[in-house]
Amino acid sequence: MELSDKLAILADAAKYDASCSSSGGKGRNSLGTGGIGSTEGMGICHAYAPDGRCISLLKILLTNFCVYDCAYCVNRRSSNVRRARFTPEEVVELTLEFYRRNYIEGLFLSSGIIRSPDYTMKQLVRVARTLRTEHRFGGYIHLKTIPDAAPELIDAAGRWADRLSINVEMPTEGGLKSLAPEKDLRDIRRSMGRLRLSIDEAKAEAKAPRFAPAGQSTQMIVGADSANDRDVLVTSSNLYNNYQLRRVYYSAFSPIPDASKILPLKPPPLVREHRLYQADWLIRFYGFVADEIAPAGDDGMLPLDIDPKLAWALRHREQFPVDVNRASRDMLLRVPGLGVKTVDKLIAMRTHKRIRYDDLVRLRVPVKKVAPFVQTVDHRPRGDHESVVLRRDLREPAQPDLFG
Amino acid sequence: MYRVTLDDPSDLDTWRTTARALLLADVDPRDVAWQEDGLFGGDVLPPPGDKRLAPVPRAFLDLAAIVLTHSDEQRHAVLYRMLWRLTHGEKGLLALATDDDVAWAYACAKQVNRDAHKMKAFVRFREVTTEDGSVYVAWFEPAHDIVRRVAPFFVRRFTGMRWSLLTPSRTAHWDGTTLTFGPGARREDAPSDDALEDLWRTYYASIFNPARLKVDAMRREMPVKYWKNLPEARLIPELVRDALPRMQAMVEKQATVPRKKITPLQKAADEAPEGSLAELRRQAADCRACDLWKPATQTVFGEGPVDARVVVIGEQPGDQEDLAGKPFVGPAGKLFDQALAEVEVPRDRLYVTNTVKHFKFEPRGKVRLHKRANAEEQAACRRWLAAEIDRIRPKALVCLGAMAAQAVFGASFRLMEERGRWIELPDGRRAMATVHPSYLLRLPDPAEQERAYADFVRDLSLMRDLLV
Repeated sequence: MELSDKLAILADAAKYDASCSSSGGKGRNSLGTGGIGSTEGMGICHAYAPDGRCISLLKILLTNFCVYDCAYCVNRRSSNVRRARFTPEEVVELTLEFYRRNYIEGLFLSSGIIRSPDYTMKQLVRVARTLRTEHRFGGYIHLKTIPDAAPELIDAAGRWADRLSINVEMPTEGGLKSLAPEKDLRDIRRSMGRLRLSIDEAKAEAKAPRFAPAGQSTQMIVGADSANDRDVLVTSSNLYNNYQLRRVYYSAFSPIPDASKILPLKPPPLVREHRLYQADWLIRFYGFVADEIAPAGDDGMLPLDIDPKLAWALRHREQFPVDVNRASRDMLLRVPGLGVKTVDKLIAMRTHKRIRYDDLVRLRVPVKKVAPFVQTVDHRPRGDHESVVLRRDLREPAQPDLFG
Repeated sequence: MYRVTLDDPSDLDTWRTTARALLLADVDPRDVAWQEDGLFGGDVLPPPGDKRLAPVPRAFLDLAAIVLTHSDEQRHAVLYRMLWRLTHGEKGLLALATDDDVAWAYACAKQVNRDAHKMKAFVRFREVTTEDGSVYVAWFEPAHDIVRRVAPFFVRRFTGMRWSLLTPSRTAHWDGTTLTFGPGARREDAPSDDALEDLWRTYYASIFNPARLKVDAMRREMPVKYWKNLPEARLIPELVRDALPRMQAMVEKQATVPRKKITPLQKAADEAPEGSLAELRRQAADCRACDLWKPATQTVFGEGPVDARVVVIGEQPGDQEDLAGKPFVGPAGKLFDQALAEVEVPRDRLYVTNTVKHFKFEPRGKVRLHKRANAEEQAACRRWLAAEIDRIRPKALVCLGAMAAQAVFGASFRLMEERGRWIELPDGRRAMATVHPSYLLRLPDPAEQERAYADFVRDLSLMRDLLV
């Protein structure tokens, strides 16, 4: 098979992994080694595909042969997709050639499980090791980690890779059991626990061998099983807390070629995935907890027509209006339409002047959204603004293309 | 009115020298006309006064360095006005994000930074083979004068290559050891193709998911103005046009019957005989007798030889034990190991386990705060401990902490009164209780801690005779 055919098949097979991040970790460059490659903390997206997703890494599978039969996966053993397999040398060469031309930040290598978890993991490690040692490659490497692979293989993977990831796949154990019968949630969590210990150890001790300096991440497929948004957020909060994950990626289940019969007929709206990312952001950077964003009791779904912070604010009108000139940073972060940067600008300004409504306009905050929830020297929201009316006024039009 | 000319209008030092002279001469910003080309020459500045310049924040110079590379001709004047204001009573100027000058400068800096970031992203090198190896050449059209700002990034990244960056206003060259800059180039100076671009386009087309078309999101991050120099961009119209039909075809297509069979992975059969300790451990891994399993990583079962003479029972696993799946590996475990070493009892002669087998915690920010298992959770876990003791048949039990002691001796057991001596159990076994090492770690007073540790070591030494 031609290299380009393999590339077409094995990139196609890899695209359902949402992660393409090349950020995090210590800076590194090639000035000392005379090789090629650098990472400087912030990742770079080298292209964007018409699906709006960034292309930062060469994201491929080593092979899409797989002994597992996960219903949501295009590569499951019962699927009739074309199969291909790269040699480790081909992946190394492709990575270097793409990198030299500045197409990519590095490599995200995953694989179907062939023969055994250990055998598969060994192949992935070999690619990373060859890039680092034989080619002095300093670009970003993300390796998919196979739960159940031997600890020494995981150690080797962490030594060469910037990031490791294990996908939890489904928000609930029930979902995983029904759609990925050969995977086991306990195995996955055990492996994440082990990764966290190794990452912590490498960080804490200067002499410890390098281990995945850009941490670990995971992915959950949303909309393939019956889990609601509350389930999703409770699970991701637990994962962030237990394993100090850098990111949880949410991937709205999308139709795949040659789909399994047990999958839902219709994909979830893409905006659901977008709302989950917003909620995830609120939990990680805005001091919210999952219970506030998706409270128990109702159907556990985030509204699609308004963002989760606005939804929270509409449920807690008693905490508003917030006085922009006095409120704490924590409270300002809870105002719909105010982001971290704006809040920090406001706080810096407050020590020099009293903030007026016009300042908000000049900071280009979405005033229509912000105004009902704040007061300034010269502005108080109208008292007769009912939540129902507000919500109707602040709805976002339901065009999925608007939500990047 | 003074006319000032800058021979290198996007360079910080050039502007800074002039601005400094103006400031020393006390020239009001309204009286300066800045011009970029030196055709008319500049006016002679008035002699400097004898005043000292107020210090300027570092942040302003950093901002100025970026703004100066912007293409807007007003930039020198606005920056000088800002400098004037900073040194004339408005020290906190930069914090006023809504001030006209400040907002303008930050907006310019943002545009420059974005332009630089996009340059790092969208430069596409093409390989030129020469007699002494390959040179990689790229043509790029930045909106601002950023080549000198961005070139060091390419040096750090492509140290081991020879390369040239060509833009209409400036070029940069790296020969493997030295970075040099030259005058602008033309598009024709760069190669028009590269053998790898077909493969790159194959990748671009294959990584795109037609089921999630979001053209606006793509355009926002990869504006159309860059497309002409991106080899992959020519595929976009076709990919967009075919996306919907491709997705519909996927949705409508019936599930197929697998043509070729891949053999499923055979999990190694569990060789542990029914009822053995290994079998017990496997069963406990799936225990759901209480709710503690839900947020935890795993059951932390006991560890040690099947024929151990002594079983040591702790309370419940902590954060580290939960992650590692092994008892007594966290801070308390380390202290326990230290005490064992002092009494010369090798840990691998002991079977070490816990009363409750799951970590109980409450998430608080980034950490997991330890919580004590309640009576129901303790009761739910009792059968595992009983089964472990039953399989191992030890001569003696050592309880660390009240929870373990009460599990063995009953709820009325008073740890601090009855610790440190062997007590015979109804089944004929001996058991002894002492404090849990985490109790020692919690004692605030070092002297008290030392005393308590000595007592703990003395208690543990009681088991030495059983092991020889």
